[in-house]
Amino acid sequence: MTRDNSYQAVMARKNEIMKSSMGLDYETYRQGELAFDYERMMNDCGFTLEDIIRIQSETKVGNTPMFELHNLTAAVRKISAPGKGARIFVKDEAANASGSFKARRASISAYVAAQKGYKGVIAATSGNYGAAVASQAAQRGLKCIIVQEVFDSKGIGQPEIVEKGRKCEAFGAEVIKLSVGPELFYYLLLTLEETGFFNASLYTPFGIKGVESLGYELTNQIRSMTGKDPDAVMITHAGGGNLTGTARGMLAAGCNAQVIACSVDLSGLHMASDRDFNRKSFTTGHTGFGVPFATWPDRTDVPRNAARSMRYMDDYILVNQGEVFYITELLAKLEGIERGPAGNTSLTGAVSLAREMDADKIIVVQETEYTGAGKHHNSQLSFAQKMGIEVRRGNPEEGVNGKSIVIPERLAQVKGHRQDMEKLRLSYLKNAAKQLDPAKWTDIDRAFVAADVKKDLKWLDQALKQI
Amino acid sequence: MNEVKAGTWVEVEKILLTPEQRAPQVPEDTRHTPYVMRVAGFLTADSLYGTEVTIKTLSGRMVTGNLKVIHPHYTHSFGDTVEELLTIGIGGEI
Repeated sequence: MTRDNSYQAVMARKNEIMKSSMGLDYETYRQGELAFDYERMMNDCGFTLEDIIRIQSETKVGNTPMFELHNLTAAVRKISAPGKGARIFVKDEAANASGSFKARRASISAYVAAQKGYKGVIAATSGNYGAAVASQAAQRGLKCIIVQEVFDSKGIGQPEIVEKGRKCEAFGAEVIKLSVGPELFYYLLLTLEETGFFNASLYTPFGIKGVESLGYELTNQIRSMTGKDPDAVMITHAGGGNLTGTARGMLAAGCNAQVIACSVDLSGLHMASDRDFNRKSFTTGHTGFGVPFATWPDRTDVPRNAARSMRYMDDYILVNQGEVFYITELLAKLEGIERGPAGNTSLTGAVSLAREMDADKIIVVQETEYTGAGKHHNSQLSFAQKMGIEVRRGNPEEGVNGKSIVIPERLAQVKGHRQDMEKLRLSYLKNAAKQLDPAKWTDIDRAFVAADVKKDLKWLDQALKQI
Repeated sequence: MNEVKAGTWVEVEKILLTPEQRAPQVPEDTRHTPYVMRVAGFLTADSLYGTEVTIKTLSGRMVTGNLKVIHPHYTHSFGDTVEELLTIGIGGEI
């Protein structure tokens, strides 16, 4: 019997394919139409933080250095009001096996896949995570397939995407390269069905648990280096796993620092647009993922997303492309390290926030990633120029996404701007209301929704009147 | 003419969904284009360039598609000179 492999038919088989490709039945956590038992789902995977750290140490993950950026901090203080300019630290996650924090996320999935007897793993990803899964799979003796959106209808691939695909292949993975479109998920399902491999989704409890070690490590490192807790931790935000896992790890270490998201503002560009695909210089860590995933986490390739960023997010800073390129170059010239775009996004957010904070405060940028051909900011800007984007120096606020990138002339022009958190929470509520009329929400649903946006029931009652 | 030997590392291309078969939520400019896949692997039999062939991928899957590239490789680089970056961080930041 041949299966119906049309888009509609495959999407209709989603739940059944997911269940057999992860050995995880999400139905058991269901508490209502909206609510599910998030903490039980996270704990059921059976790994303590100590287990996670031990598993990760087997495959070259974790225990990455923490550096204080003395020169950048000094530069920020020169443009700040007297007494302002927090100490900036960075956790050098590029030191993980595949060159980014994503190795933490992939490590537990690969371990579980091997334990459960799967022959291979599959992940759908824009890139760094693919390299991480490929690297971890190689070390666990598993086959690996990465499903990646790579090229537009003219066959042109964004250089960073191309590099990330190359890295997956370097670790022995098969890379399925796809044109622009949301059907990536459709083809992921088909490939899972064909191979019977494990779905190493970014959004399983395994993926998020793996990042908890990052928050735990960074807290302990800052304590031992400064004798204090960090005051703020800046986290590049896209799908929400980085923020969720890090924040959970910080809480496990008893750290209550402000958890601040940071994304590159790509407003005006459509993520599934064939034209816009190659007119953005950032392939992740941007608002095209950051906002929709914050305001509705369950739009992903698993029934319930373990990455629920609004549960932990205290603030959200947006930076623009030109600002990140400026800070990337400054990191190299002032601090003597070249790093890739993801961590430099949160570094840009940290520079803008450090100016507002007292000089004795501590702000931690919790990741870096590797850079190189394709990923390098020179490569991105050169490609942007070839795509007809104007690149110039000036006031970065004048940049228009998809048309121009304006790189600051001076550090003082790196300002970032705040995303309205209340607006995000209301947007989440609207999305929840689309799933089920709020009049029909049970007490469990109400408590779940409030917790999912880090608010209480009193706030919920007020907020529901506004949507 | 243009025969490629079995075992050669090649890339094939396949249309997964025609424009009519695409997902309903696809935006207008993308809707008019087919959904295309490219995969690399080892050619399973002597074949002609530009014809439908079967490859064995790195994960061991057999995939059929149109033979598009012989010896696919990467050419991405650090890009051309971008003068706007060169003057950053050598003084004048403050």
